[in-house]
Amino acid sequence: MTRMAATRDGYGQALLELADNPKVVVLEADLGKSTKSLHFRKAYPDRTVSCGIGEQNMLLVGAGLASAGYIPFASTFAIFTERAFEQMRNGVARPNLPVHLCGSHGGTHTGTDGSSAQSIEDLAIFRTLPNVVVMHPCDDVSTRVLTMQLPALGQPSYMRTARNKTPVLYDGREDEIQIGKGIVLKEGIDVAIIACGVLVSEALKAAETLSGKGVNACVVDMHTLKPLDGALIDRLVAQCGAVVTAEDHNIIGGLGGAVAEHLVSNQPAPLERVGVPDRFGESGQADEMLEVMQLSAPHIAAAAEKAIQRK
Amino acid sequence: MRTYDRRLFAQASKVAREGRRAVGERMSTSIEEIEEMARKCRVEIIKMVYRAQAGHPGGSLSEIDLISALYATRMRIRPDEPKWADRDRFILSKGHASPGMYAVLAEMGFISHEDLKSYRVLGGVCQGHVDSKWCPGVDFSAGSLGMGLSFGMGCAIAARLDKSERRAFVMIGDGEMQEGSVWEAAMAAAHHELGNLKVILDRNRIQNDDFCEEQMRMFDIPAKWRSFGWNVKEIDGHNMTEVMEGLDFLEAEENSNGPSILIAHTIKGGGISYMENNPSFHGAAPNDEQFKQAMIELGEVEA
Repeated sequence: MTRMAATRDGYGQALLELADNPKVVVLEADLGKSTKSLHFRKAYPDRTVSCGIGEQNMLLVGAGLASAGYIPFASTFAIFTERAFEQMRNGVARPNLPVHLCGSHGGTHTGTDGSSAQSIEDLAIFRTLPNVVVMHPCDDVSTRVLTMQLPALGQPSYMRTARNKTPVLYDGREDEIQIGKGIVLKEGIDVAIIACGVLVSEALKAAETLSGKGVNACVVDMHTLKPLDGALIDRLVAQCGAVVTAEDHNIIGGLGGAVAEHLVSNQPAPLERVGVPDRFGESGQADEMLEVMQLSAPHIAAAAEKAIQRK
Repeated sequence: MRTYDRRLFAQASKVAREGRRAVGERMSTSIEEIEEMARKCRVEIIKMVYRAQAGHPGGSLSEIDLISALYATRMRIRPDEPKWADRDRFILSKGHASPGMYAVLAEMGFISHEDLKSYRVLGGVCQGHVDSKWCPGVDFSAGSLGMGLSFGMGCAIAARLDKSERRAFVMIGDGEMQEGSVWEAAMAAAHHELGNLKVILDRNRIQNDDFCEEQMRMFDIPAKWRSFGWNVKEIDGHNMTEVMEGLDFLEAEENSNGPSILIAHTIKGGGISYMENNPSFHGAAPNDEQFKQAMIELGEVEA
């Protein structure tokens, strides 16, 4: 039986483990219980700064701390990181201050709160900022490992985590996880499915379905959208000749956009993008949302067949 | 005209470097000397904006007496070691008023007077808005209003965590207070009782398009800050004796219970007759004739 866990719990666990570094500080905007920074707060209240419900201020308090040698981890819902975009741009990314922003409850998968809480553009907007590393891990183990690697990064980052539980893929495989390096979860030769976040496990399910139809699909967890692992994509194109991207994010500007940009500048190949079809969400359970938004395994499998036909 | 003595400032930075200077202890610089420093800075402000034929003279002139006094008599800094970890921070949140800060940084020896010629020039130390990546002595890359107070709050928390006595001084503008995030920071700084956070408000009553009163009335500004939990004092920002009293207030032990703000009533374009209280000179350069007149008014050349 596959263990299930939420990526946000991996984030909370990582903060606790990072606390040995006295320069690590945590910033909250009244959502520590949800983003899971609360564990750090309980253990290290002196190194936790409550910024109230004020995300713009939080990002720049982080910038000030980072300018003095601290390593701030700021978190809120992914949707609310967006209102501090310009603070991230001008106050954090421009001076290249290592503030690490985590947006939890990302995507339509977050469910019943409805469209106001379902960020579908966070990966796109933060990806446009110079100096900023952008990640969307798929399970609690990789979230923990990637978060643990951030203090050594020396530049700002944005990481999206998810509210709801997803299958854990990396128990005992921590050593394979590295910022900026995609992970091949299943080798294949007919089509490469490149996924991130909650859709990685859906991509694996799609590969199983395809396998029953005689299609040998490769599945990749592209947990880091920026810097994008271009070398891996080049290999996948040479190996498979057709690509599918899958993300719980608007079809515009996220993983699909990043991969498309890479393909057109390097070795073009047929690409099908599975993502939120440029519309806002609505209230629904996580699995219902994946259906409504055409993100679930059957949709990924159909996209794979279409990509293969276009070869 | 008396000559301004740079040695005094070299001496002051040496004292700070040796760590003998306690918080609040005034450096031995007279009112007249600071006034002369501010006059020289005004000359440089006009020259920078005139050379670039762009920039923001109005807000640079309104703030200059305050920044001159702050740097000359309060800031614990090392011009020869701008990144000294335990330096006081100065954050020019109204980052467009950069000529004023550049002029002071040159007076203090962080940059050279030659560097001032790079204002708004490709590759120049003196970027259009103050930028920590380009200019030694600049702690905060500004240019987007409403951000400096939050950044200063982060600097103040870092000082507290380091158990350091260093302070964060932040200069904000009055138009800038229309940005909502200023009030996020104001509320948060008081909540965290940041006694090492010191704000100077350049209340020059003019913003980009027009007088503040026309753009967005701000009603009782001192009451607003008091109600947010701040220590508040008002001064005339061009009367150097009052400026020194105001800086005493910011540094006073009895005001270390929480953040303090010095509301300095100033004149936009102060010191140049045709720029004073003239919204046109928020962001416009003088022409040849106006430049000559400014130099005459500042005592640089004879009429």
